[in-house]
Amino acid sequence: MGAQISYDIAHLIGATVLMAGFQLLYQRRLFAVLNTFAFQALALAAAAAWQANIQHAPHLYVTAGIALVFKAIIVPIALHWLVEQLGIHKNVETAMSIGWTMMAGVALVALSILLVLPVTAGAAALTRESLALAMSVVLLGLLMMITRRNAVTQVVGFMALENGLILAAVSAKGMPLVVEISVAFSVLVAMTLFGIFFFRIRERFDTLELADLETHRGDRQ
Amino acid sequence: MLIAAALSALLALAVLGVATGAEMWRHRLVYLCCMIASLALLAGGIKHLGQTPGTGPAIILPIGLPWMAAHFRLDNLSALFMVVVNLATAAASAYGIGYCSHLPEPRRVTPFYPLFLFGMNAVLIADDAFMFLVAWEFMSLSSWLLVLADHKNAENRHAAFVYLVMACFGTFCLLTCFGLMAGGEGAYSFPAMRAAKLDGVSGFLVVLLALLGAGSKAGLVPLHAWLPLAHPAAPSHVSALMSGVMTKVALYGLIRILFDLHGEVNWAWGAVIMVVGGITAVLGVLYAILQDDLKKLLAYSTVENIGVAVIGLGLAIAFKGSGEKTLAALALVAGLYHIVNHSIFKTLWFLSAGAVITATGERDLGKLGGLTKRMPWNGVAALVGAIAISALPPLNGFVSEWLIFQSLFKGPSLPHWAMKFGVPVVGAMLALAAALAAACFVRAYGIAFLGRPRSRAAAEAHQVPVSMRLTVAFLAVMCVVLGAIPVTITDALSHVVTPLTGVQFAVSADLGWPWLSPVSSTRGSYSGTVLVMTGVGLCIITLLLARLLGTSRLRRADAWDCGHKESIPQSQYTGQSFAQPLRRVFCASIFAARESVDMPDPGDNRPAELKVRVIDPIWVGLYAGIGRGVDFIADLVNRIQYLTVRRYLLMMFATLVLMLLVVAVRQSQ
Repeated sequence: MGAQISYDIAHLIGATVLMAGFQLLYQRRLFAVLNTFAFQALALAAAAAWQANIQHAPHLYVTAGIALVFKAIIVPIALHWLVEQLGIHKNVETAMSIGWTMMAGVALVALSILLVLPVTAGAAALTRESLALAMSVVLLGLLMMITRRNAVTQVVGFMALENGLILAAVSAKGMPLVVEISVAFSVLVAMTLFGIFFFRIRERFDTLELADLETHRGDRQ
Repeated sequence: MLIAAALSALLALAVLGVATGAEMWRHRLVYLCCMIASLALLAGGIKHLGQTPGTGPAIILPIGLPWMAAHFRLDNLSALFMVVVNLATAAASAYGIGYCSHLPEPRRVTPFYPLFLFGMNAVLIADDAFMFLVAWEFMSLSSWLLVLADHKNAENRHAAFVYLVMACFGTFCLLTCFGLMAGGEGAYSFPAMRAAKLDGVSGFLVVLLALLGAGSKAGLVPLHAWLPLAHPAAPSHVSALMSGVMTKVALYGLIRILFDLHGEVNWAWGAVIMVVGGITAVLGVLYAILQDDLKKLLAYSTVENIGVAVIGLGLAIAFKGSGEKTLAALALVAGLYHIVNHSIFKTLWFLSAGAVITATGERDLGKLGGLTKRMPWNGVAALVGAIAISALPPLNGFVSEWLIFQSLFKGPSLPHWAMKFGVPVVGAMLALAAALAAACFVRAYGIAFLGRPRSRAAAEAHQVPVSMRLTVAFLAVMCVVLGAIPVTITDALSHVVTPLTGVQFAVSADLGWPWLSPVSSTRGSYSGTVLVMTGVGLCIITLLLARLLGTSRLRRADAWDCGHKESIPQSQYTGQSFAQPLRRVFCASIFAARESVDMPDPGDNRPAELKVRVIDPIWVGLYAGIGRGVDFIADLVNRIQYLTVRRYLLMMFATLVLMLLVVAVRQSQ
């Protein structure tokens, strides 16, 4: 198997993560968003595993395992459970129409390619492309956070952003395992905290819509 | 050595000042020690001035920033200002020995007073920009604390706030100014700055920033707004120092930067500074005439005198920039002479005002009157101060203003047409300011000290403690002495001026002692010494003649009652009535002064009132405008406080994308 084919496969998997990011923006139902997120995490695990294979870096298998177990299985299931428990309205409420969001997403991808490719002119081709993809995923995650009104979708946006970071981390050679593990754990901790807060907020205010929560802010005069 | 010991003593005194407690003798002890330290510093300064011109040894102390030691040096200019500062601080400290027991809360004043003295002296001997600014801030903050001494009064809190804002602005300007002079390598020591050459733009900015930074401390119009607020708010001996001395330290900073560190200031800047000085002088004295509060009046008069001194400095820059070094030296000597004089008579007047407030509890001119009878020491001393500040011969104020006029008369010899026409205009402004200053102090002295008491408090005024009387007497004597030996003073000042203008110069060169002949022996000459001797001689002769020829028989007659039989004190001329003609002539346009009569309706038995409305154009136009602008921006920014989480994220996201775009665009170029 030559360098070209391994490069192509890495590229394909990275692009899959990115496409999943776009899909996240397109979904109109909450459960579909969660499923898409699980798919993205799966693709991420595959990317990490493939990088472990071609970089001969066995610790990346650990990363892949973490991504698979936590992000592709535990987090989506937990969010599913939360949504059911809390009886959250199952539509995704957008602050910006989906068409415009997609176009903004495309523009962001173009921006990151324009940005990353010249900067990393000296680096290996594989790293360059992967970094551009990873950055696009990060920006799409951010875009999701700002164009969705529901707290659960914001959490998913945040997790997608994390996926982008991990994609960048696995593509660059020599990223220590400790960093990836700590990133993964921080995501898990964040997830737990979000869950607890959802319950607390829900108990207190009987809603998870951000617009309703705004009225409870202490600093508003 | 002496200076270092005195400065450390001042720092130690500040610590002791904290521990004074309620017992008054401890406060008195601190003031006494402050006076001794000031006298030591004064002696150090005079000793250095007496030596041949040159700079003292540089002292490097391992304090301050880790990569930069602290540099100190005493040269002629610092020594002169050290004399100016410490003469007044010694007097004010001596005054404080008696005055501290009359303060409402002496514990709020005593600890900061030595710090204030320390700060002013440290500015003078600093030899690098860092120490200069640290000392400058030391001076500003300690005086700010002193302004806040009577913090329960809302007016004082407002004054302290305005002062703090202006002090921050000034230091910011000076910081930037020194930063520009230090250049890219960060050469912050003064010798390195002297050696560095400034290019056109940074040379321009350095002068502008120095003018803004030092000018805001000195009280140049339109940066004077804090002076009339802060100076009256502080206890009187501190206001005397803030007005009489701290403004001089600011001018020291200006002279140090413009004549010494910068070196090659364009003549056009001299013209600008001169015009600013002229406007400051005229506006300052017009403000002063309108005031009813004695201390406010004095603070505005300080603005006027700073303007007069700055005219001299600006003229010196214009001459120096045009290559007329001798004339530059003359103008600078005149400016420095006025600085010395003002520090004495303004300290004298503020200390007298403090005595008046102690004795009567009033500082409103409308409630004073007849004080010279009940407080003869202060009455005579304030009269001497008023004569000096009105620039009447033979006292010191006349000499310096005369010298400034003499150098102004040489202005048309400058090659630039702007100066040929501009200098006479500034001369006219100076003449107007001098005349109005005389009117202002005739009013201040006449209303406060002469006539009949206008209130019960003034009628029951009592003598103040002996230390407060002795200090004003001492300062009054100094006014006479400085006027009587002008040649000695100008010779000492020309030592100071020589390194700054690069020319050896003596004002008395043509006719010799005791005659001042600044331009030439035929153009104009003056001798304070001869005048004083003649005056004293004439007085003695008159007294003798009166003794010899007059009769000693006792005669009785009614005192002249000014045309009022059975008059009540309220029927006297008041401060307002004295100011009215000047207000109508000069202030109708500048201050939009209007008078209106508030007539009660028929059947209403309240008295009719004459109301005067005066609008301060600079406060309303400039400061209030800036205040509104800040409020507007604050309102805009305030909205950001209440966004939703999503909008905050949006802002972060937009910033990120914008920055990425900038990077992308810059790369593609």
